[in-house]
Amino acid sequence: MKIKTLLLFTCLVGLGAPALADDPNLARNLAATCANCHGTNGHAVDAGTPGTMGALAGVPAEDLMTKLSAFRSDLVPATIMHQIAKGFTEEQLQLIAEYFAAQPR
Amino acid sequence: MLNRRAFLKAVGSIAATTGALGGLASYAYSKENSGGHVIVVGGGWGGNTAAKYLRMWSNGAIKVTLIEPSSRFVSCPISNLVVGGLKQIDDITMSYETLSKRWGVNLVHDRVTRIDVAARKVGLSNGDTLDYDRLVLSPGIDFLTDEIEGLSGNEERIPHAWKAGPQTALLRQQLEAMEDGGVVAIHIPKVPYRCPPGPYERACLVSNYLKQHKPRSKVLLLDANPDIQSKKGLFQAAFEERYSGILEYVPNSTLLSVDASSLTAELEFSEVKADVLNVIPPMRSGRLVDQLGIELINDRWVDVDWLTMEAKGAPNVHVLGDATFPAPTMPKSGHMANQHGKIAAAAIINLLAGQAPNPAPVAVNTCYSFVDDTNVIHVASVHQFDAEKGTLMPVEGAGGVSSAPNAFEGRYALSWANNVWTDMLG
Repeated sequence: MKIKTLLLFTCLVGLGAPALADDPNLARNLAATCANCHGTNGHAVDAGTPGTMGALAGVPAEDLMTKLSAFRSDLVPATIMHQIAKGFTEEQLQLIAEYFAAQPR
Repeated sequence: MLNRRAFLKAVGSIAATTGALGGLASYAYSKENSGGHVIVVGGGWGGNTAAKYLRMWSNGAIKVTLIEPSSRFVSCPISNLVVGGLKQIDDITMSYETLSKRWGVNLVHDRVTRIDVAARKVGLSNGDTLDYDRLVLSPGIDFLTDEIEGLSGNEERIPHAWKAGPQTALLRQQLEAMEDGGVVAIHIPKVPYRCPPGPYERACLVSNYLKQHKPRSKVLLLDANPDIQSKKGLFQAAFEERYSGILEYVPNSTLLSVDASSLTAELEFSEVKADVLNVIPPMRSGRLVDQLGIELINDRWVDVDWLTMEAKGAPNVHVLGDATFPAPTMPKSGHMANQHGKIAAAAIINLLAGQAPNPAPVAVNTCYSFVDDTNVIHVASVHQFDAEKGTLMPVEGAGGVSSAPNAFEGRYALSWANNVWTDMLG
């Protein structure tokens, strides 16, 4: 067997089962888990009222991700968001942050 | 501050800024460019969410019909505050109107009596038959009243108030009518039941009311379970710190029979005579699922595929909420039913377009319980799809409970209610 073919064969065998492609609406679906407290698409109905969870729509992704990372690492005091943020991977949180950032305020 | 005005104002302002979201209500349904017809049965936490999200995420391409016998939605979460005298029934009662006016959901006020899974049809009590491409059932729970002798037919004397609405108001009225020095007995069925922390929250809020207004009264919390089923340490502390003179928690209290005229409860080893008797009966999935002709787990719950919420053995039928046999540690909560609705909506949209469903669904749960008029405790969990196990699994190291009851979360709880109600109905 030629070297090139052998290498190709080895590579293909080494890959194993192909990874499932991400759903095209993965970010949307992940972000939807947040709506219960933060409103549909991050439009909290009581945005601006002290002592509420707050709106997420239109908040820059970097700001959201900084907060989510802080919650995830117990760097800021929280009642519940640290417990929820730890349930997601960094990649998932990044998708969520980008989704909300893209929503109209 | 929770009030209908804030909710209605929010819905109104959202409707005003329709923009790209506008026009769904007037979207002309035509078979040529339609994405299919989904019938949703049950205008509750799962059904409302599924109906709205199907319309929203399909940009109106999918026709959605929501069938619900009640003309108004009454929320079970927060209803314990009505029982405890902190809110009015109006505060937890909402209209279905926005689902129709803003999202173009066809609302049918009737009851489904027949489901033909093979033919994809549902029959209504008025005799009409409707066709569907996909069916979503969110039928909640029904009670197994026959398991308690003497209970059947006596729910007006011995309310459950475990389906919100007239029963909620009834239990509240009974508490208001009770004289100082009376005994309130609350019975909790063996797990699994809808809303694990619910009965303990009710015991707290009833005790809170009595402590302030009828301080010689007593609350007997009779639990068929051996232990407090949710937020155990926190509820235990709340009982001891706040209600030690008023509330007595009695575990391992199997209820055998009740007498409606004397309001006596016969337990396995004792008898209790009450002035207000609140029995939460054992429960199963809403009986509508029997129409599917599938075997139920433990004769009670529907086994579903967590990727799509499809009922195993009933093609094109998705079941949501309390009626499902849960994934590991998944609670029966309104919040969770809402999450189910979103998983189902996403999957159905994909499936109707001939695409695979999202292989990585996630569900989050948050339950807030009031221990008095201001202070709240929560429990939260995050469930991620595990491809190897083929189900949603709780993420280890995530989730948890409050460190102690606090007023900060008391405000969060009310904010949660306002936001999730609008998420489902607005």
